[in-house]
Amino acid sequence: MTATDTIRPSSGTLLEARAARRPRNMGQVIRWLLLFAGGIAMVMPIAYMISTSLKWPHEVYNINLIPDEPTLENYTYVLEDGRFYGWFINSIIIATLTTVSNLFFDSLVGYTLCKFRFPGRTLVFIAILSTLMIPTEMLVIPWYLMSQSFGWLDSYWGIMFPGMMTAFGVFLMKQFFESVPDDFLEAARIDGLNEFQIWWSVAMPLVRPALAALAIFVFLGNWTAFLWPLIVTNSVEMYTLPVGLSGFGDEADVAWELIMTGAAISTIPTLIVFLIFQRFIIRGVVMAGLKG
Amino acid sequence: MAGLALRDLRKSYGTTEVLHGIDLEIADGEFVVLVGPSGCGKSTTLRMIAGLEEVTSGVIEIGGREVNNLEPKERDIAMVFQNYAIYPHMSVKKNIAFGLRSSKMPRADKEARIADVAALLGMTELLERKPSQLSGGQRQRVAIGRAMVRDPAVFLFDEPLSNLDAQLRTQMRLEIKKLHQRVGTTIVFVTHDQVEAMTLADRIVIMKDGHIQQVGTPDEVYRAPANMFVARFIGALSMNILPATLEAGGDVVLASGGRVPMGLPGTGRPVMLGVRPDDLHPQKGGLIDGTVTVREPLGPETLIYAETAAGEIVAKADGRHPPEVGSTVQLGARAEDLHLFDAQSGVSLR
Repeated sequence: MTATDTIRPSSGTLLEARAARRPRNMGQVIRWLLLFAGGIAMVMPIAYMISTSLKWPHEVYNINLIPDEPTLENYTYVLEDGRFYGWFINSIIIATLTTVSNLFFDSLVGYTLCKFRFPGRTLVFIAILSTLMIPTEMLVIPWYLMSQSFGWLDSYWGIMFPGMMTAFGVFLMKQFFESVPDDFLEAARIDGLNEFQIWWSVAMPLVRPALAALAIFVFLGNWTAFLWPLIVTNSVEMYTLPVGLSGFGDEADVAWELIMTGAAISTIPTLIVFLIFQRFIIRGVVMAGLKG
Repeated sequence: MAGLALRDLRKSYGTTEVLHGIDLEIADGEFVVLVGPSGCGKSTTLRMIAGLEEVTSGVIEIGGREVNNLEPKERDIAMVFQNYAIYPHMSVKKNIAFGLRSSKMPRADKEARIADVAALLGMTELLERKPSQLSGGQRQRVAIGRAMVRDPAVFLFDEPLSNLDAQLRTQMRLEIKKLHQRVGTTIVFVTHDQVEAMTLADRIVIMKDGHIQQVGTPDEVYRAPANMFVARFIGALSMNILPATLEAGGDVVLASGGRVPMGLPGTGRPVMLGVRPDDLHPQKGGLIDGTVTVREPLGPETLIYAETAAGEIVAKADGRHPPEVGSTVQLGARAEDLHLFDAQSGVSLR
């Protein structure tokens, strides 16, 4: 064998290399196709929502994505309708208060479960986690009965109370507090801070990415919540945006173009929140080892 | 400033006792180093002094006042941690000021004290920086500054130099020593590094398995170790320990054949003869024969690793004319540099 032979691969070797590469390329093609299909499945409802919001009522049931006669009339109608603003404000208040409450209580409980040793700690944590396995549909009846007993039906408090603190939030925050070294807390203890001050002044600033991620999860979850607000509210004034939009139209007909217009407008705040904080969502999901 | 006393201090986790009755008196302004291998209880002792671990039994006194049931903040102590524990979200100034957060001192006085501490530690230029913009040594200085600003009765250091590289460790060691000389506050310093202990301490407390093995000045624990553990633990090079017998005439006879008069009473008692590598040199008519296996030149001296009938031992030879690898040497030491330990208990016999 000459030196050239050893350096330059034979044509057989090249063919073998190409053959070996093909399955990987095929795999890549299949992966891309699946991702593309997934992307289409995700984007289509949004595309149809926007498309329908730009259609006249007679065109709503046409399958075409591009309206024959696009119009902004639906947006004018929805924005001039007084009910929409009321629902929007309700949703803002509820999502904001619930988010603040979750940030406070979830992080407080998560911190306690992470940093304090007390009998039954693991049991409490497992009990909290196990509530994640109970579907919302099973909980609405006890929630309703509770709301009825306390006189919370058709009120902000009635809509908010089941979500003021979540097992997911406690778990997420506990995971993040694991990364805060105990030395920091002990140093603060020696420096004269009480336990609440240590949590607030030392531990909380160190888990800001987690707080941002939790805030986004909770805000989005409450902004889009439908089932419980539908059950607990009776008056149109107390509706949240998803509940109110579902009833847009009159008794004879569902005005899909208006519902889609309202839905399109209501996605704007969530879209802004997501675009600003998306890196925190990714970090939060990665650190908690969870799917959002 | 204040002294510190530990009386029959014990600590148990469940049924396992990890500290078995520590008794120690530390004078006002003294620099005491607790040293020992991992798991010996030195950090637990320090954390109990700080109030971060509960005392199972015994008494801790700071400045003559029992502090067992006081919160850490009420003990008038400050602690520097191994991982610095400086808050990454605060500037250097805020980190240092954090120690004064609960103080009722006027704002102007606080500012003045922060400025004094920063100047003392050479950090005036760094006050507005975040910890992420500092080197390891600078971070450790911030941690020390935060402890100093409170002007505590006792400083506690928990392996503060362990995370630094060798050069920086030497530099910080010197700075801590100078700092102590300047402020004169009582310091309890925990380390597993015997060099740190020897260079920093007024007195060293050597611990093992939750017991104090010996308390003494660096010179005392080096020259007169209380037992074989201390003898091996203290010293940059571990002491050579050779099995021997103490004969009726007071001579010690090595298992490998050498004989040395020690003038101690004994009747065929098994003992261990200890000799530091610094005291063991090639010499005619020496204590033990060996074959040189490795040489480590150190400049003025050369370390010799020699294989003997009693195993491998280390000695020092003149750096200009060290014996060749493979050559046979006789190694000997002055009688006053030899240590004798009971073979069973390991306790020093002289």
